Amino acid sequence: MSRIKRVHVLVAALAAALCVPAAGVGSGNGLPTKIGKGEGVLNVIEWAAYTDPSFAKPFTKQTGCVIHRKDAGSSNEMVALMRSGGGGGGGQYDLVSASGDASLRLIYGGDVQPINVNLIPSWKEFLPNFRSPAHNTVKGVHYGVSLQWGPNTLIYNTKLVKPAPTSWSAIYGKTYKGRITVPNNPIQIADAALYLSKSQPSLGIKDPYELTKPQLDASVKLLKQQKPLLKRYWNSATDEISDFKNGDVVIGAGWPYQTLQLQASKAPIAETIPSEGATGWADTWMLAKRAPHPNCAYLWMRYVTTPQVEAKQALVFGETPVNPLACTYMNKMQKGSCAAYHLNQPLSYYNTIHFWKTPVATCGWQAGNGCMDYNAWQQAWTQITG
Amino acid sequence: MAVDVVRAAGPRTRRARLRLSATLWRHPWLKLSALLTPPMGAFLIVYVGALAVLFVSSFWTVDSFTGKLVHHWTVSNYRELLSPSQTPFLRIAGRTIGIAAAVTLTDALLAFPLGYFMARIAGRRGRAALFVMVLLPLWSSYLVRIYAWRTILAHDGAINWALNGLGLHDQNIAYTNWAMWIVFSYVWLPFMVLPVYAALERIPDSYLEASADMGASGLRTLRSIILPLALPGIVAGSIFTFSLTLGDYITPELVGGPSSSFIGNFVYSWIGINANIPLASAAAAVPVLVMGVYLLIARRLGAFEAF
Repeated sequence: MSRIKRVHVLVAALAAALCVPAAGVGSGNGLPTKIGKGEGVLNVIEWAAYTDPSFAKPFTKQTGCVIHRKDAGSSNEMVALMRSGGGGGGGQYDLVSASGDASLRLIYGGDVQPINVNLIPSWKEFLPNFRSPAHNTVKGVHYGVSLQWGPNTLIYNTKLVKPAPTSWSAIYGKTYKGRITVPNNPIQIADAALYLSKSQPSLGIKDPYELTKPQLDASVKLLKQQKPLLKRYWNSATDEISDFKNGDVVIGAGWPYQTLQLQASKAPIAETIPSEGATGWADTWMLAKRAPHPNCAYLWMRYVTTPQVEAKQALVFGETPVNPLACTYMNKMQKGSCAAYHLNQPLSYYNTIHFWKTPVATCGWQAGNGCMDYNAWQQAWTQITG
Repeated sequence: MAVDVVRAAGPRTRRARLRLSATLWRHPWLKLSALLTPPMGAFLIVYVGALAVLFVSSFWTVDSFTGKLVHHWTVSNYRELLSPSQTPFLRIAGRTIGIAAAVTLTDALLAFPLGYFMARIAGRRGRAALFVMVLLPLWSSYLVRIYAWRTILAHDGAINWALNGLGLHDQNIAYTNWAMWIVFSYVWLPFMVLPVYAALERIPDSYLEASADMGASGLRTLRSIILPLALPGIVAGSIFTFSLTLGDYITPELVGGPSSSFIGNFVYSWIGINANIPLASAAAAVPVLVMGVYLLIARRLGAFEAF
């Protein structure tokens, strides 16, 4: 079959899958009904330490699945890796620990396949909002199992930033000019949109990931004004940690992971979720379309979502489990850690966190294709940072 | 018995070898092509082939929905690059070329006196010591050297420590284009020093003596004898420093500030997003074109005449 033909077939298949997902993939004709014997190998694309040996070794012992890891540095790299070698994981990778800004791209790109959540017993224990979240479940079809999440917090130096900030305006104003840092990621546009949704209600931003052209333009304008105030856009968590440690930056957007690392090294650092709320990331283990070892992949998804393993991973990486039963195990391992990671919060707490999802042209709150898709976001981001 | 086998095989293989060498002697072109085919083939496939694929794919596009390549000829990628409202590529290319030129100039200015000292003034021991010092950084990882500069330039780094010790204000060089200029100039300096040294070392003493005999001043000798003869070395070095800076993307990411993307970063980010290899290829074709123009200018200046 020629290449062009294959593209056409794929587009047609995708269109069909999107129009009638229930008939196409959800009716059980493709989904396994039980997990078979492990194939002995599991190839994953992961965030560093997502298959940390502290909990991966017992898994290999139990199942015989030896894990081969490919660490990705960014969501974009994850998507690129999944699409290399003909897409769908290239027939090489089984699982990818995609964040919300990548997961829909993988779903719409046909790189991941639906899974049967009934084969993952802990799924029923998850907090309700993580069972079928918009970033990994499309029209009732699950393309993976939620794993862990974390908020994007406002991190600041308690000695040099006084009074303690309570609004994101601290990183858009001139007070800390030249000492501010934000992530180098197009999804950062959502942070600006979230801030604008409160500071400029007339723009009518309802969802920071579903922006019309004027709303995106307003966010881009804000970020362009922010650029001269920045020390830099950080590319890796360790970069941000060292910049806070040596005093190059005093305030910025980051993750609890950075705060915990800095506090552990006795730096005068604190973090807050400002009054506007915060964006957050939520990661999903997704099954590659052409996964060569699906049984090991299912075994891993089943294993890694159990409360004990969830607790272990949360403390290794500095993030929050989606399984609330992990709470007791977290406290057992590190006193008070369940509360420190907000796992004891009521469900209403999650309304203040706007979880990453890939922007697409069709927005939920508006009929038609009124929204700017991820390509437009990426283009806007290169315009801002270039 | 083993000996018998060898004896039996001996004359036969010898005869075959003799026949082969006779054939090669009778047809010298056969010998030449047999020698040259493997390296030339590798060169054509690996070097030129990769460039050709890059160039060809820059005329394709990517389906933004599925992220798959569309094999349909178009110049839309180049149009997108050249339109400031669509991509900031022109600004990025200007920054990249500007800093590459500044780094090349800086390295030439630093390398010429150093190369001159090494080639014509230093004794044998001093020359060896200088060689080691110039080459020493190349033995360590490039990343280690950039990270070292980060700690030097950082807010609590060596520079600010020294300035504060002298009672001066803090400098905020970290994460700026100045930082990139300093780090690039440092990292690529050996690539300039070596060819400049080689060119200066080859100038016969008699030329300088003749110039002095005719009453030329030191400055005149430098301008009329040394510089023209050293020019090929400087140009050779500048090809290294210019092209290496042009293609780099790690240094901008590690020591650059908020406005420091290079063409390399642009390419990297577009390959990462939707795997838009065509647009990235179009962007990557630009440094190749720039180097081509640069080499043409260098040839016009007579840089290759001494070779």
